[in-house]
Amino acid sequence: MRAIKFLLQKEFRQIFRNRSILAMILVMPVMQLIILPLAANYEVKNINLSVVDHDHSSYSQKMITKIISSGYFRLTGYNRSYGEAFHLIESDEADVILEIPDGFERNLIREDEQKLLVAVNAINGVKANLGGAYLASIIRDYNQEIRIDFLQNNRFNVIPTIDVTSSNWFNPNLNYQVYMVPGILAVLVTMIGGFLTALNIVKEKEAGTIEQINVTPIRKHHFILGKLIPFWVLGNIVFTIGLLVAWLIYGIIPVGSLALLYGFVSIYLLAVLGLGLLVSTFCETQQQAMFIMFFFMMIFILLGGLFTAIDSMPEWAQVVTRFNPVSYLITVMRMVILKGSTFQDVAPHLGIIALFAIGLNGWAIVNYKKAS
Amino acid sequence: MLQYYMNTTEPMSTRITPPAIVADNLTKVYGAEKTTAVNAVSFMVERGELFGLIGPDGAGKTSIFRMLTTLLLPDGGNALVDGHDIVKDYQQIRHTVGYMPGKFSLYPDLTIAENLNFFATVFNTTIEENYHLIKDIYVQLERFKDRRAGKLSGGMKQKLALCCALIHKPTVLFLDEPTTGVDPVSRKEFWEMLKRLKEQNITILVSTPYMDEATLCDRIALMQQGSILAIDTPDAIIKSYPDILYAIRAEKMPALLKVLGTSNTVATSYAFGEYAHATFKEHIHQEQDIVSMLQYAGMDNIEVKRIQPTIEDCFIKLLHA
Repeated sequence: MRAIKFLLQKEFRQIFRNRSILAMILVMPVMQLIILPLAANYEVKNINLSVVDHDHSSYSQKMITKIISSGYFRLTGYNRSYGEAFHLIESDEADVILEIPDGFERNLIREDEQKLLVAVNAINGVKANLGGAYLASIIRDYNQEIRIDFLQNNRFNVIPTIDVTSSNWFNPNLNYQVYMVPGILAVLVTMIGGFLTALNIVKEKEAGTIEQINVTPIRKHHFILGKLIPFWVLGNIVFTIGLLVAWLIYGIIPVGSLALLYGFVSIYLLAVLGLGLLVSTFCETQQQAMFIMFFFMMIFILLGGLFTAIDSMPEWAQVVTRFNPVSYLITVMRMVILKGSTFQDVAPHLGIIALFAIGLNGWAIVNYKKAS
Repeated sequence: MLQYYMNTTEPMSTRITPPAIVADNLTKVYGAEKTTAVNAVSFMVERGELFGLIGPDGAGKTSIFRMLTTLLLPDGGNALVDGHDIVKDYQQIRHTVGYMPGKFSLYPDLTIAENLNFFATVFNTTIEENYHLIKDIYVQLERFKDRRAGKLSGGMKQKLALCCALIHKPTVLFLDEPTTGVDPVSRKEFWEMLKRLKEQNITILVSTPYMDEATLCDRIALMQQGSILAIDTPDAIIKSYPDILYAIRAEKMPALLKVLGTSNTVATSYAFGEYAHATFKEHIHQEQDIVSMLQYAGMDNIEVKRIQPTIEDCFIKLLHA
């Protein structure tokens, strides 16, 4: 115990002396939590729309007005031909073309049916998808209005329609910030726990200080604990700062229990610390450690359900996410913070993370012993 | 049982303390190519002795140090440090030895005082307790004690490293190339410090590639390519030099070396500082004979003198033996 005490003393002294690490620990969570959720928004706005109106009727005018007034579209072109409009797509000035055929109003009234052409620039997949969908839904709406106009003389709706009204639970306004903040917080905790531990241990290897320590009575497990405890504490501090930022800036107050959140993060940190330790046993230089950790972080983040839902990933990717500790933390954070899940709800996740912690640390220790 | 005990005339029980270091056929092989870094090396260091491993880079000195300090497992043979087996009892060894690696390995982001204090607490002691050991060295550092170790000059770093290796009053001190890359004045100072430590009855094993430092040791082992060529006191090694050695100088040194290299009366010749050192096949040669031989070969301003061989001459001789 005495050995661990002065190892911790030394470690904290070094951490507090290293300005860039300190800044990273304090400033990074605040900056990232303030900037990223605002930027990482799935709602697509400012879709550039080019209209080719061959009809010039009051109906077509009304429809265009309705589309523009939805707020999602920006009319950047009003062209005479499709070819002209397509030039706008080619020069990236337009994302979507809406072509209204000649005799739109006349045919609509006379034949009760009309076709429109929507052409979407699919270079930016998300924008194209959502833009097309928004446009389709506005036109559908518009269609509905016209029908009501036609049928207003009838006392009853002759065509039975089912109107679906949805309400969003746990995030009523579909506010993306509420969804992103817990996820980003999860990534931050992982960065501090995994990255810093790996780099710190490899730094001692690089400087040769680990050898100097090895020729002293300090035991291996003392040394490892002396490395893991400071970063475990730092991880918890970053998590606390993150929760405060979420509360002060986004007004997000965890619905579930704070104790459960901290409990989960504590065990989760053991798992990522184990990963950092494991990586450090394979590396001789900080550069190597950096690249290996970066490789893992990229996979963890992209296959962690932070930006894209795991359920919509292909089968094989879903299998990969099961081996991704970050995905469990992101899920649990969202469950507890937004939904108020209880211990029973997150117990399976907790179990898996505990297995990760045991597995990674065990492997790291075996490997660490072998190396010497 | 180790070779040493079997050969010694004293019965083991009468020895109060075991020798500081006993290496017995210590072997280390590296990598897939099976490069033998240390090839069945055996030597013994008595208590309170200043023992030097002398040899060029790649002779295997650092590998021996790392094995004796329990950082590296030997691939063959065995060794005892302080009577403890380097493989089985490595924990005990780590309590009692001090190790100063060739490369500066203290925490650059901690100050002098913090580094020293850290290594003192690691060994469960305090700076005050063993201050007398490091006093001579530490007074030179004390002014800078709040400066970070990474910001010190080379000589200061080396003094701090020595303090840190000494602070727990080790029984055996391992110094791996402590003077490599250090200026001549600091090197001299450093060896004087070692002499004073010897008076404190600390056994010191030191390695160096500088042959001129060999004479400062009690006993030395000359090493080359993982093997020991000779072990003895520096004087005895010099005395055992079998030939008569001449230092020769002429106006045109490259031409002189060429003449010496091709002459069939010359046994060995090599450049040595501003002279050429040479031995001759027959001992009938007087200085005058050599001068006339060289004059005949067209040399001017010839100076020939018979000299005492240095350790380096002995080393070169042993290499060609």
